[in-house]
Amino acid sequence: MALLSNAAVLFGKEVRTEFRSRELLSTTIVFVLIVVVVFSFTFDPTTNESRRFGPGLLWMAFLFAASLMLQPCFLREQTNDTLSALRLAVQDAFAIFLAKISANTLFLLVTELLMLPVFAALFNVSFAAQLPGILLTFFLGSVGISVVGTALAAISAQARMRELLLPLLLLPLLTPILVVSTEVTVRLMQPDPAIEWKGIGLLAGFDVVFLTVLWLFGEYLLEE
Amino acid sequence: MPAAPEPPIGLQVDQVEKRYGAVYALRNLTLSIPAGECVAIAGRNGSGKTTLLRVAAQLVRPGKGTVSYSGSPDSHRPRIGFVAHATMVYDELTAEENLLFFAKLQGVENPKKRVAELLGEVGLKDRKDSLVRTFSRGMRQRVAIARALLAQPSLLFFDEPGSGLDAESGAWLTAHIRKLRDSGCTILMSLHGESETASLATRAIRLEAGSVIADTRRGAMFQSIFAGAAS
Amino acid sequence: MLRRIFFGAVAVGLVACAAYAAFYIAPEERTMGTIYRIFYFHAPTAWAGETTFFVCFVANLLYIWKRKPQYDWLGVTCAEVGLACITVVLITGPIWAKPVWGIWWTWDARLTSTFVLWILYICYLLLRTLVDEPERRALLSALFGVFAFIDVPIVFGAIRWWRTQHPAPVIMGGAGSGLDPVMKKVFFFSVLAMHVFAAFLIVERYLLEKTKYDVELMAREAEAR
Repeated sequence: MALLSNAAVLFGKEVRTEFRSRELLSTTIVFVLIVVVVFSFTFDPTTNESRRFGPGLLWMAFLFAASLMLQPCFLREQTNDTLSALRLAVQDAFAIFLAKISANTLFLLVTELLMLPVFAALFNVSFAAQLPGILLTFFLGSVGISVVGTALAAISAQARMRELLLPLLLLPLLTPILVVSTEVTVRLMQPDPAIEWKGIGLLAGFDVVFLTVLWLFGEYLLEE
Repeated sequence: MPAAPEPPIGLQVDQVEKRYGAVYALRNLTLSIPAGECVAIAGRNGSGKTTLLRVAAQLVRPGKGTVSYSGSPDSHRPRIGFVAHATMVYDELTAEENLLFFAKLQGVENPKKRVAELLGEVGLKDRKDSLVRTFSRGMRQRVAIARALLAQPSLLFFDEPGSGLDAESGAWLTAHIRKLRDSGCTILMSLHGESETASLATRAIRLEAGSVIADTRRGAMFQSIFAGAAS
Repeated sequence: MLRRIFFGAVAVGLVACAAYAAFYIAPEERTMGTIYRIFYFHAPTAWAGETTFFVCFVANLLYIWKRKPQYDWLGVTCAEVGLACITVVLITGPIWAKPVWGIWWTWDARLTSTFVLWILYICYLLLRTLVDEPERRALLSALFGVFAFIDVPIVFGAIRWWRTQHPAPVIMGGAGSGLDPVMKKVFFFSVLAMHVFAAFLIVERYLLEKTKYDVELMAREAEAR
């Protein structure tokens, strides 16, 4: 169907562009690393402490990184007014969002998966047995961050002080993701790990709700 | 240049108003453009030319009024080719990648063939693997035109297409628009003044402060539409 | 004009009556002493704030649909009045908590969600200052308002779930739970009074916004000529 095939073509372009330059991914990964290291100075990283505070600081690092990484999302489309070309080419503007959300989720996931072993090594936390649970949490959390982040990137691209505005708007809206993802991740890193299905449900619910809101209102975000 | 495959499309703009704050970009504007007509829109800077084109392409939503297309098979907006001052292509992709991308997006049949065809037509075949970032203004405009023509639209909008082009590229552009006009496309072009390109038009309209103040077909009045438009 | 003054008088009168009732009619509370009477302002103001934000949400939706500036005025008005209500809530809460429980603040579900709500609507107003063109500003803030309002129950649900994992003392019991009948009457009268007062503030602020819009329009039209 046209919506999905359009989104697929757009997604391909987003990924090709990024993997050609890799500027976004490399700066995001380095940023997350720096945040994790700097934050680790704020508590004594024994294994127990790391298990309690580590996931929170990891997710905060992801959130901060995302709020910077999502900036170019729509700013790039302003350079040569390619957004107008996209709007003329597709019948349903939601395809544009779907593609960007998918691409942003992918970039976030790549960052998170690269950071995971580094985090485990730095803080002596083992998670290998819980990999499926952790992957699920990372995936649902990243989708949530991307959905809301992409929508807000479209808003902030049309305002002044956009570099500051996006993190400002994004972080309060993503409170549920931060709280729930952290909690689920903490639980997965305990000596007796378990998947908190209620938390997973909350994350999935958040994703579905905001994806629906974006589907309903997305075209207005791109309107002139 | 293949003939437009869709039936010719006409444009109807009805009592359209667009404000930015207290400034009226378009003021109660009504315009009827039958299929196949080639219209030149003249006017000073800020007269509303760009806004009119963007409203007609449904890129800008008017505060009041409607835009409709006659002869379009369904209620969807028909394929529109839009060439503006901004190229609307990605600097970080090659010419071919850009065109393939837009071709696939618009569901063009046999995209590779169509892209190769257009690259040949706009004279960029030997630069197809270069990043658009490395192109001159004239070459970028050619990519932009190729992009606009991918889906063989029968409705074409040109917003000051000649701006920034050297004489050779300008002549090439005029020749290309002539071909499109002769093949039955409906064309709207906003122009800054009397020029080679303007002489292609079968009808000329002058805008001032968001309203149409003159509208004439070929004839004695035609030249005067452009008088003063260069300011 | 006369109607506005009358409405204002009624609103202030109701609040004064509610205050009187809170201090002189409501009975003594068993354990907390006089400070508990703040409850008659704290919770009703919270309810008024939530109602106001709901009206803001509806105004946002209506603006996206109809694009009439009036809905934008209503939206920003309700956001500001709602924010004022929540500010009162966030101040009266700790004033009550400190003498009674010995702490200014705790991160329980309701307090934390209220804080996030407060921040979200500050962001709404901040966004408005960063978009110059009026129609763009109205649309973008309406869209953000929709996102923000829909987020609020999710924030509450998420934090409440998180709290079930880490139980902590709940500072304020549910409003109206186990209340003496006289207390209930005073409480609900106060709810009414706060709503009327909020409505009065909304009307005044709305008219101010309308005047601002008209003046701006005239100024720009004069400039254009």
